Amino acid sequence: MTALDRRPDAAPAATRPRGTTTLPSYDDDAPPRAPRASLGRPTPDELFVRVGSWVAALGLAWVVTQRLLPLAGLPWFVLSWFVLGLLVTAVATAATGTWVDVKDRVAAAVVTGGAVVVGAALVAVVAYVAYKGYKPVLNTNFFLDDMAGVGPKDPFDQGGIRHAILGSLIEIGIAVAITLPLGIGTAVFMTEVGGRFARVVRTVVEAMTALPSIVAGLFIYTVWILALGNDRSGFAASLALSVMMLPIIARASDVVLRVVPGGLREASLALGASRWRTVWHVVLPTARPGLATALILGIARGIGETSPVLLTSGAAEFTKTNPVDGAMNSLPLFIFGGVRSGNEVAIQRAYGAAFALLLLVLVLFVIARLLARPPRAGGRRRPRLRRGPVSPAAPLAGPSAPAQPAPAAPAAPGAPVPPSKEATR
Amino acid sequence: MTTTLPDLERSAGVEVKARALSRRTTGADAVFAHSARLVGASVLVITGGVGLFLGLQALPTFQRYGLDFLTEQQWSPDTDVIGIAAVLVGTLQVAFVAMVIAFPLALTTALFISEYAPARIRPTLVSLVDLMAAVPSVIYGLFVALLLMPYAADLSIWFDRNLGWIPLFAVPGGNADAPLPALSQYGFSSFVAGIAVSMMVMPMACAVMRQVFSQTPPGEKEAALALGASTWGMVRTVVLPFGRGGIIGGTMLALGRALGETIAVALILSPAFDIKWSVTEKGGNTISSLIANRFGEASDSQLKALLAAGFVLFLITLLINTLAAIVVNRSRSGADTD
Repeated sequence: MTALDRRPDAAPAATRPRGTTTLPSYDDDAPPRAPRASLGRPTPDELFVRVGSWVAALGLAWVVTQRLLPLAGLPWFVLSWFVLGLLVTAVATAATGTWVDVKDRVAAAVVTGGAVVVGAALVAVVAYVAYKGYKPVLNTNFFLDDMAGVGPKDPFDQGGIRHAILGSLIEIGIAVAITLPLGIGTAVFMTEVGGRFARVVRTVVEAMTALPSIVAGLFIYTVWILALGNDRSGFAASLALSVMMLPIIARASDVVLRVVPGGLREASLALGASRWRTVWHVVLPTARPGLATALILGIARGIGETSPVLLTSGAAEFTKTNPVDGAMNSLPLFIFGGVRSGNEVAIQRAYGAAFALLLLVLVLFVIARLLARPPRAGGRRRPRLRRGPVSPAAPLAGPSAPAQPAPAAPAAPGAPVPPSKEATR
Repeated sequence: MTTTLPDLERSAGVEVKARALSRRTTGADAVFAHSARLVGASVLVITGGVGLFLGLQALPTFQRYGLDFLTEQQWSPDTDVIGIAAVLVGTLQVAFVAMVIAFPLALTTALFISEYAPARIRPTLVSLVDLMAAVPSVIYGLFVALLLMPYAADLSIWFDRNLGWIPLFAVPGGNADAPLPALSQYGFSSFVAGIAVSMMVMPMACAVMRQVFSQTPPGEKEAALALGASTWGMVRTVVLPFGRGGIIGGTMLALGRALGETIAVALILSPAFDIKWSVTEKGGNTISSLIANRFGEASDSQLKALLAAGFVLFLITLLINTLAAIVVNRSRSGADTD
């Protein structure tokens, strides 16, 4: 690219009359350009400018924050390292390259920096919760016991969060039992049956995804607990979670079902299958990974949602397995209560529960990823066919690959990947 | 192996008539269509019922307090003065801070994943962002309230000292130049709450943006590169214009979520019922944390007022989500995403 910019004829272009074509003339005396060792990888020069700039900036940042300006503390150091790194990169690139190169490098650094900040935030959250919560978790009774008869200041070898874990699982289980058939059924109705009524349903469902979770909780609190006179219970919490999750799951499944290629449906119908057989044997299996991902992500969202549970379930200190029998605790509520109490030991327990909740979400997440993998048709036959000169997946990959639903496509290791950037650079 | 052709001679004389086609479903298909319609109708009743119920319950409050409900700052049911002006402004402030932090991070992360990261680690990065979206908000609340708060307060003090002429950062009553400025005046603010909310909504915005970026036609990207564009030139001229709808739509979806966030805010903000123009000043309130704090002791009319506040919040998020959907659908990109 720099070679193009430094064409010998680049300068007189402005003086030439318009409308004439001038062939580029090349300087024969110029030394031949050294061939690049490889197309994709940066040359040693580039590597030096890229890495060296940041090393130089590290030293500069130390000088600036520790010696020149009164900016003590790690955050200032990191911030000035980033800013100085951008500056040094820009200057070092400008020394050898053009303005275009400078912009490219700086933009790449900014984009990478943003991603690093986000990654650091995720790692920091997980590490912080694990660090703060590992003490109570080390005692096995933390998972096997409940808080019945245990004071908030008692040591960690007494009491545990069994009641909260069980409560969370029961509540989310009931919520899934309600939302899964209704949500996927609605999605099937909206995509496969259609009609004017389906459009009304879709509009309303999409509108209700905007419902804040606390308002869903307030709705159940007003209707189920105050107006109908029921006690606060795990079942009420499941209802609140269902009201919150139903539009989310219905909409996510709708998106997944809509991108099932129409050709598959038509092929099935043309072979004489009835409509419900087409849905059952073609559409739903094709969308299975996407549906599983939508469901699990909905569950992960629901299990960590505190506000509907806060309003509807009440917080019991003992294990309860009957969801309709009075107050029931759950993990988010336990965490919230512990932190709000202001008691040091209770806060530590809350961290332990947060750690357990994080693990639970992580497990759900891994399950979603495993389910999202496409089924391996015919064992090892597919990869071998793929290596051939004509890929059987190619005709499918063209039009349908961009339309893949987000959760499913990236997770699928065997999914057709559009031409990668490695090849195009 | 012989092929038999249909006997055309025999059918030549017969008058060809179009087969009667019916689109009416019969048998199992009719059962399927009707039961699907039934499921759809029940979901319509459930979800629509919630919206209708909220509206109906909010009506007496609106009738009783009229426009004062929107302009009054105090929420003191004992003296029958109820209004959501302060909490509404607080909600918008927290969401504004959250979006100011989340938007650039979401955009750069989405660009990094779709354009800069090596193809091999891309699926891992995508899962990590999804995982970040699945981390419960109470955990982000914990993280910010107990770990980041002092640092955020330091930053607020720095803002007050150096950018105090901007009303957004000026803390009335706070003395930033004191040798040890009081953290209690600079913590527990909308700014700190906004940091927690931004961590929650960032992955959501990032997921939408990344998905739209990944749908950029590879041909156009390759054309830009083949014409000599640098990676950034390609991103700026092809990926960003193509993904504009996704950028706006994802941001607005995240904004809608940020407005409704409860627990992280309730953990951090110390409740206050007056409009604070400074986001770094201690205290504030949002509609959702108002509901979370007040539902327990509420009488019947107060509950209706809380429902009315919730209804206003719902209307705002609904408006924003609808606008987001329109933007995403009207742009060239993201037709299949939302």
